[in-house]
Amino acid sequence: MAQSNNSIKKILTVAFALCIVCSVIVSTAAVALRPLQQLNQELDRKTNILSVANLYEEGMDVESRFEETITPRVVDLRSGEYTDEFDPDTYNAFEAASDPASSRTLSGDQDIAGLSRQENFSTVYLVGEADDPEQIILPIRGQGLWGLMRGYVSLKGDGNTFVGITYYEHSETPGLGAEVNNPRWQAQWEGKKIFADDEAVAPAISLVKGGASEATEVDALSGATLTSRGVTNMLQFWLSPEGFGEYLARFRDEVSPGEAEDADVELESEGA
Amino acid sequence: MSAATPKGVLTTPIFKNNPIALQILGICSALAVTTSMSVSLVMTMAVIFVTAFSSMFVSLIRNHIPSSIRIIVQMTIIASLVIVVDQILKAFAYEMSKQLSVFVGLIITNCIVMGRAEGFAMTNPPQLAFLDGVGNGLGYGFILMTVGFVRELLGAGSVFGFTVLQPIQDGGWYVPNGLLLLPPSAFFIIGLIIWALRETHPEQVEENEFKMKENSQPKEAV
Repeated sequence: MAQSNNSIKKILTVAFALCIVCSVIVSTAAVALRPLQQLNQELDRKTNILSVANLYEEGMDVESRFEETITPRVVDLRSGEYTDEFDPDTYNAFEAASDPASSRTLSGDQDIAGLSRQENFSTVYLVGEADDPEQIILPIRGQGLWGLMRGYVSLKGDGNTFVGITYYEHSETPGLGAEVNNPRWQAQWEGKKIFADDEAVAPAISLVKGGASEATEVDALSGATLTSRGVTNMLQFWLSPEGFGEYLARFRDEVSPGEAEDADVELESEGA
Repeated sequence: MSAATPKGVLTTPIFKNNPIALQILGICSALAVTTSMSVSLVMTMAVIFVTAFSSMFVSLIRNHIPSSIRIIVQMTIIASLVIVVDQILKAFAYEMSKQLSVFVGLIITNCIVMGRAEGFAMTNPPQLAFLDGVGNGLGYGFILMTVGFVRELLGAGSVFGFTVLQPIQDGGWYVPNGLLLLPPSAFFIIGLIIWALRETHPEQVEENEFKMKENSQPKEAV
């Protein structure tokens, strides 16, 4: 029997039959479970949006809380205006970025986040009133050390102050780069500023080694220089006029009466 | 090896012929996933599923597998099962699959699965091979759960996520041992388990492959 098993015909038959059977099993599992997996991913994304806005609590009903508190809007990144062209619930910026019709190519100097293509429209998530939001949650992505990192930053209504940052998809080294999702590291983002002053257009926010001293500096991740660099680059890209800069400008210019006084006081005290 | 009985193949891998403690297989994943007990449990179930079914399928077609491509055939079966497990975890235990990340995929390279397919399933009928797979999975799981228990209890002060020793950060008294959350600590714990097992089962102690020469005496050196 061993003889006949090793004939070329038998080898090919067995190999072929096995491949067919295994691929059928694998693809059936993948296709049948796809809807459930997508549901999970969607839930995970919403959980991340809530947690970056400090609204997430263990065991809460994510779906209903998300519906109540968060308003997704699609923004034209070129003009910074909202658009109703797309349904924010179904619009997928990530897919749009790979379609030449709805994206643009980034050249070498622009492309600090390593994206190569950028979508024209992106989804933002607003907490509170859509016209005067308490928090603005922006999607960010860029190259880390091992691959693409995707996450969210949450900013206060002034379009300049950080509330938090989180990554829901990355492949950084566990214990080093993967510490981007360490709550203790994430906690220090609260209150950090994107821009060095009110006039600045280029974001100043960066990860620095050896202790952050400025309001625009955050401690880098120890042992993860390249991941830290990736985080800095993707923030500087997405918060610059190439990314959400135009959109954020709306919030930075527009100062509501109540806040205007506060802002003046702040300026005076800084000047003194 | 004496003739394999259903009860024998199911229970011997747990203490007498443990895949991790005696055969020293599958150490890598045992270091990686044992920081908490719930993760260890899911990993154990995944490995039991894969070893049991891969052994069974390999055994089912063992008389038709050409010896020249047998390793590839086994790998294909194992890999398919691992992908199925991974897909199921992503669909029904998403959080868990995120924590296990690459280690589910790495079951493919877990030597235990391959070792059982090649060493047992190729020469035994399907039912026995299935039970052997379950038994070895249990043996793997026994070590995983023990290591996971020690690491989670002393490293984070909890068991299955329930706080047992109130850590000092949360206003308790227990100072968690950070080392136990890092992979090397699993080496120490597995080492201690191997020691304990060999004390109770002296037949596991291997003979020295070579004899150490005695240290030279001071006067010889002069």
